[in-house]
Amino acid sequence: MRTIHELTTAFAKGDASPVAVAEEYLARIGALDAKVGAYLTVTRDEALAAARAAEARYRARAPLGPLDGAPIALKDVFCTRGVRTTSGSRILDTYVPPYDATIVARLKAAGAVILGKTNMDEFAMGSSTEHSAFQLTRNPWDLARVPGGSSGGSAAAVAGGLAAGSFGTDTGGSVRQPAAFCGVVGMKPTYGRISRYGLIAFASSLDHVAPLTLDIVDTALLLGATAGHDPLDATSVDAPVPDYVAALTGSVKGLRVGVPDEYFGEGLDPEIDRAVRVAIDRLRDLGASVERVSLPTTEYGVATYYIVAPAEASSNLARYDGVKYGLRVPGKDLIDMVSRTRAAGFGAEVKRRVMLGTYALSTGYYDAYYGQAQRVRTLVRRDFEKAFERVDVLATPTTPSVAFKHGEKADPLAMYMNDVYTIPASMTGLPAISVPCGFNAAGLPIGLQLIGRTLDEATLLRAAHAYEQATPWHAKRPSLG
Amino acid sequence: MISRQDVEHVARLSRLALNDAELERMREQLSGILAYIDKLRALDTAGVEPTSHAVPLVNVMRDDANRPCLSQDEALANAPDRSGEFFRVPRIIED
Repeated sequence: MRTIHELTTAFAKGDASPVAVAEEYLARIGALDAKVGAYLTVTRDEALAAARAAEARYRARAPLGPLDGAPIALKDVFCTRGVRTTSGSRILDTYVPPYDATIVARLKAAGAVILGKTNMDEFAMGSSTEHSAFQLTRNPWDLARVPGGSSGGSAAAVAGGLAAGSFGTDTGGSVRQPAAFCGVVGMKPTYGRISRYGLIAFASSLDHVAPLTLDIVDTALLLGATAGHDPLDATSVDAPVPDYVAALTGSVKGLRVGVPDEYFGEGLDPEIDRAVRVAIDRLRDLGASVERVSLPTTEYGVATYYIVAPAEASSNLARYDGVKYGLRVPGKDLIDMVSRTRAAGFGAEVKRRVMLGTYALSTGYYDAYYGQAQRVRTLVRRDFEKAFERVDVLATPTTPSVAFKHGEKADPLAMYMNDVYTIPASMTGLPAISVPCGFNAAGLPIGLQLIGRTLDEATLLRAAHAYEQATPWHAKRPSLG
Repeated sequence: MISRQDVEHVARLSRLALNDAELERMREQLSGILAYIDKLRALDTAGVEPTSHAVPLVNVMRDDANRPCLSQDEALANAPDRSGEFFRVPRIIED
């Protein structure tokens, strides 16, 4: 299993052919994806055409850059011109976008070969990909277990060697958590770092476009090629994008690492606790200083998130009305048509969240729920600001448990609690990354989460890279046959 | 926690045609989730400014100039029902 930088370096040297590599990935998907269920749509013809164009550029010694010819998978939440895009929902079963999302346009401009669209929890609402309206996705490390979610198809594709890298979206942990469950790298950059234009919206103040990769150099490459201001997204940040690969110095000497007490309490799997503490010791061995910090509002994160995200979702999903696109179920009048369409088109979790959000925003409850959640969001932000006065990055577990079995978390609240360590960075928009940091006794991957300052992805990547290079975890791959 | 009447009201606001069994299940599940969320009430937030967004933003403006956009055909291509250049919807106003 080769990384993106290994592949494109080989293309540049003439040691590998983009077309042959694309064919290898497509053959592997054909042979193995029936087991994994990572892809909803495979774009074979488009991928081969893009690979042929990349090959011609390498022959002419004029590649577009370090992603030229790289075989990449995209979560089915990104609009792709002319290619069915479902967001994992029946209501968009037949939707074919007339335009490309900015992330897709930038990847194409960089020469990436898009292999297809990956499975996800419906409208990115979930932590297991079991809420997809279409199929189950299986964890390549143990096919009886979930890959995490909502970007489970993207994480499983990378872990299973069905794509060299991938993009998902992270709203409350939807890239970091599946990265941890599947033993790959997942990074949520600062809110607004990568344009959301053309991303099918879930919760607009929380949605982040985020890469999934086999190693940190690939994360740096994908982030560098896609970050930056976009006039089509009014919330995209207008700040310079540094050379993230150049930031990977290999050294963490002098880096101050904070370890928040609240992330190591009740509910944390003891094997994860141990693995993450060993990882933090390793950062200290490498020259970082480590100190305890406190983020007292951590325990309120999940409750706050499950008001803010459903509230925003209830508004965003109002657009699915059986008029402009997607499913329509006839009714006796307009409202009846809309209500029947939404009842038939949305799955149970989406209905729950639309209901919860509508309730939290409704007359009489607005201030007690939504207003209070927004004020708590300020307290969460202040906790981080205080911690970052003393430290440069925070080190925590990514998840409280390893990948669970399909069907194990049938209770919605039990599923929500899986996001306890990823939600705070989502609500504050801080960059955060999950890096493989070992395996439990059953051989299931464990993730170390590093959280950084606003727009300081470079420090985060430098720390994650130094750790990765000093440990064997990123080189371990599951065997799918 | 949340009454059946409230659930029916919210379902109407949400434009979701739920049947009896779904409404009852929703009442149970929302009650469980809201009971958990109620822990937020214990936090004193008097005088705390709300955060609606991770990044401080002011109004983002652009020039009011013509830009390329989708053609009518492209915009209508995914419509479940159309009439010429328009989306077709069920009649709203009675004769």
